[in-house]
Amino acid sequence: MIVVDPQIREAMLVHAENCLPEESCGLLAFGPDGRIRMAYPLTNDVHSNTNYTIEPREHFKALRHAEAQGWEISGVFHSHPDSAAYPSPTDVRLAPDPTWLYVVVGMGDRTNPEVRGFRILDGEIHDETLTFQERTEQ
Amino acid sequence: MSTTINLPTILRGHAGGRRIIEVAGMTVGEVFADVSRSYPKLAEQLTSPDGGLAVFMNVFVDDEDIRYLAGLDTAVDENTEITILPAVAGG
Repeated sequence: MIVVDPQIREAMLVHAENCLPEESCGLLAFGPDGRIRMAYPLTNDVHSNTNYTIEPREHFKALRHAEAQGWEISGVFHSHPDSAAYPSPTDVRLAPDPTWLYVVVGMGDRTNPEVRGFRILDGEIHDETLTFQERTEQ
Repeated sequence: MSTTINLPTILRGHAGGRRIIEVAGMTVGEVFADVSRSYPKLAEQLTSPDGGLAVFMNVFVDDEDIRYLAGLDTAVDENTEITILPAVAGG
């Protein structure tokens, strides 16, 4: 289970809405305590409603920022504009890092979008429960 | 002369778990050749069979993508940091 600040969830949802009808994408930075500290909303370099590629120079800038804070980029989020929050076959094929958290924002029901987390290990999809609550410690 | 390479998590297993490795060379291509001697499995991930840069791999020299510089001929020195970033993509 991963605890996620509601602001992080909101940032992923807002980015998904702003990128419609295209897929949105971004990176997740984790602190040493394993909590997500930042969601970086980034550009989908292929501007597609069925695929995404994070713009490499923005990826690099996010990495630099995260490293300066003592965080590690070890997660990605993206949206499915017209379907559920579940990894597609393309997501599985292109998700080679088993240590990363893969968050999918499902916009199939625009009035009730879903935000779900997964690990993808050896081509298999495993649910990673996301619990949305405020961080209390500094 | 050694140059620093900053590795992403997915590639660290090919370099003994290290995030940072020190390698030698005057260009990115020469640095990758040195990587192939010390970390052959890592080098396989960085280059294509024809000797070019692997399609899904982005390489930055300091703050610049080498695709916008001289590619594998981009010059490096002892103050350079090379950052490897696998493309992040899906559908």
